[in-house]
Amino acid sequence: MAAASSPTPAPLSAPASVARAATDRRYVVAVVGNPNTGKTTLFNALTGLTQHTGNYPGVTVESAIGEFTADGDRFLAVDLPGTYSLSPRAPDEMIAVKVLLGFGAGVHAPDVVLCVLDATNLDRNLYLLTQILDIGRPVVVALTMTDLAHKQDIVIDIPGLEKRLGVPVVPVQANRRIGLPALRQALRHAARNAHEPVRPVHFPAVFAHEVDTLTQSLCDTNVHPSFPRFLLERLLIDAGGAIEVELTRQLGVEIRAQTEAARARLAAAGTPVPQVEVDSRYHWITQVIETTVHQPLTTSQTWTDRIDKVVTHKVWGLTVFLVTVAITFQSIFSWAAPVMDGIDALFKAIGTRVGDFLPAGPLRSLMVDGLIGGVGAVIVFVPQIATLFGLIAILEDSGYMARAAFLMDRVMASFGLSGRSFIPLLSSFACAVPGIMSTRSIDNRRDRIATILIAPLMSCSARLPVYVLLISAFIPARTVWGIVGLQGLTLFAMYLLGLVIAPPIAFALKRTILRGEPVPFLLELPPFKVPAWRVVLFRMYDRSWAFLRRAGTIILATTVLVWALSYYPNQHRVAQEFQTRRATASAEERERLNSEEAGARLRESFLGQAGRAIEPLVRPLGWDWKIGMATLASFPAREVIIAALGTIYNLGSDQKEGSVELRQAMQAERWPDGRPVYTPVVALSIMVFFALCCQCGATLATIKRETGSWGYAVFTFAYMTSLAYLGALAVYQIGSHLV
Amino acid sequence: MAGDGVTIPTLPSNENRMSVRIDSEIENHYHLIPMKRTLADLNPNEAGCIRSILGADGLSQRLAEMGFTLGQMVRVVRFAPLGDPMQIRIRGFNVALRRNEARRIVLDPL
Repeated sequence: MAAASSPTPAPLSAPASVARAATDRRYVVAVVGNPNTGKTTLFNALTGLTQHTGNYPGVTVESAIGEFTADGDRFLAVDLPGTYSLSPRAPDEMIAVKVLLGFGAGVHAPDVVLCVLDATNLDRNLYLLTQILDIGRPVVVALTMTDLAHKQDIVIDIPGLEKRLGVPVVPVQANRRIGLPALRQALRHAARNAHEPVRPVHFPAVFAHEVDTLTQSLCDTNVHPSFPRFLLERLLIDAGGAIEVELTRQLGVEIRAQTEAARARLAAAGTPVPQVEVDSRYHWITQVIETTVHQPLTTSQTWTDRIDKVVTHKVWGLTVFLVTVAITFQSIFSWAAPVMDGIDALFKAIGTRVGDFLPAGPLRSLMVDGLIGGVGAVIVFVPQIATLFGLIAILEDSGYMARAAFLMDRVMASFGLSGRSFIPLLSSFACAVPGIMSTRSIDNRRDRIATILIAPLMSCSARLPVYVLLISAFIPARTVWGIVGLQGLTLFAMYLLGLVIAPPIAFALKRTILRGEPVPFLLELPPFKVPAWRVVLFRMYDRSWAFLRRAGTIILATTVLVWALSYYPNQHRVAQEFQTRRATASAEERERLNSEEAGARLRESFLGQAGRAIEPLVRPLGWDWKIGMATLASFPAREVIIAALGTIYNLGSDQKEGSVELRQAMQAERWPDGRPVYTPVVALSIMVFFALCCQCGATLATIKRETGSWGYAVFTFAYMTSLAYLGALAVYQIGSHLV
Repeated sequence: MAGDGVTIPTLPSNENRMSVRIDSEIENHYHLIPMKRTLADLNPNEAGCIRSILGADGLSQRLAEMGFTLGQMVRVVRFAPLGDPMQIRIRGFNVALRRNEARRIVLDPL
């Protein structure tokens, strides 16, 4: 009866994708549990510094992976996303099921499943455990929140529970590292013995019969390898679920007809799906709880209730929320700034040093302008990303983030999203890449895609240097209404712009290409707790590293490409012309001629030619060909426009100048007729363009990765560029008539 | 299954409308008012027993899996400042749910 078809393989030799030394054998542990059970804290405590983000062998969804040893045996632990049940509705949930079943090409079933149960919520947590026991892999239970349970006078008979569940139950307090040795021992024992647990919950005979029939007909009609029984049960139970979708695709539509007929028979027999599963499991769970858990009849008011009274209050709740958001912003912009300035200065210094050693020519230009400049442009954002993710980790781990979603859901719902979209959108203010990555917590695919498509509209930190340069150079430092600085106000307006544009876009998307059934909102509000610092620090480290790796490679590659396009063709005619002019010039003039030569070369480069070609297109925005060219050059990343402008105004070539001189050069730039190129209106037009465009290779690559198609990436680029163009056009055309 | 829940319990007469107070919590007393029909109709601190969950889609399954089983007591803790969603307590944990979805949870008077 127990999932007979799932094989019991010998311990895996560690798959190459996750292991450095593929020679030694190690056991694979899959860590599962409900959300908010302290699963991540336990995972951190078990695996410590060995953990990193990677792929479970054979599947493409990223999860935390780490290693630990128990009495000389090596273990590879994989943290699967928190879930209440193994009834997969989204493709992402399907992956967890496939991993546990070892179903699919190249996917090995784990040697042990570590199921994390919250002692204060045992009945709901046991639901997932009963499903995991049905899968038939060796299981070890870690009981978390035992201290909290003790405080609430919940008494659990652990030996009795072990007896009822048929698997070892180890109480742990991961943050104080209590119970970890016992847990490692239990995991080692379970992995070595590879003992299949007994299915505790029995479904009605009529249901089991239908599963048998389904199994039989699949065996008769298909040469397909046998399916795990668990999968066929799920097929029957989860109408319209991910398994039905996948098996229909694999086996054809007959399977759907068969399943639907079986469901109809079950309904007629008084055991309709999905009710039959829930009833059977909770019936068993109630019996277990009655015999093994003593709960007080009255519950006293907890700290969580008291805090909730404030943070969800009509006045205080919204106040706390606004203050939290304000602090988050403040930290992104001012706390991270000194570190960012330091990094910037460091890379300028390195560039100058390296430049001094290398002879002038392509190599020096590539090293200094392309590589060092490009690397610096990426690394400079790490402090912001680390700070933001540290704060998000604190808000999430403490339990506040769920309250923020609770408060914001009504607002988000008015344009077709849910409170869950709030967190990714907030993250996108630091960088759309981690923001888009964090949409994985949105369970509905259409909501998730809509959030991904509008996330790049949030004003990310890469736009900040663009705003700062243009505002400080062209927006007068005046105060308006007595107290507000005009420069600060402009910056605020730029941030507001994306925030104002995003809702109607989301609304339109949900009404057109992402139309569908309304999505329910069901979100647990976990008890408040003091955030685990290890979780926070790891998140900061992990997200920064992910940003460096992903954004770094793409930005770097495109930066080098842009460098090449602005360096080549290396025109001999220009070089010779300046050579002859230099020969007769004084030392002072020679300096100026060098700059002029760089400018002349750029004009003749591929990029310069492209810039002049698109000039008719950007003239209505108030831009000259140089701005157009810098915008083209900043396709890989918005902040590249500063380096590009620096090069264009003959400053970037030796990297000695700070942005003060760039600012002055821009202020001095004139049209042939003597009018200044940059006016406040032109600066605004450029800023609005950069606020709304999607000039970010890393974002586009992340959209492709997360949605699984270039289609959404291309769509995002197209709609945002159109929006940016129209916005800049409107600003310039209206602005130049007003001023 | 879906059809079952549509039968609406007959409205009790005025005399029975008196709220019943149960001191099952030390500080929070919740009022059990028998005339309410769905979870969305309750006021904060009112409770009821789940009679049925309308519909047989993903939401009703997820609710059931999370412990919204028939006969289970649920209590409304509060509504969000903007009126929606609502905070529900069931089996000792808190969950946020929109009124629209709460409307599908039909209650029995306690």
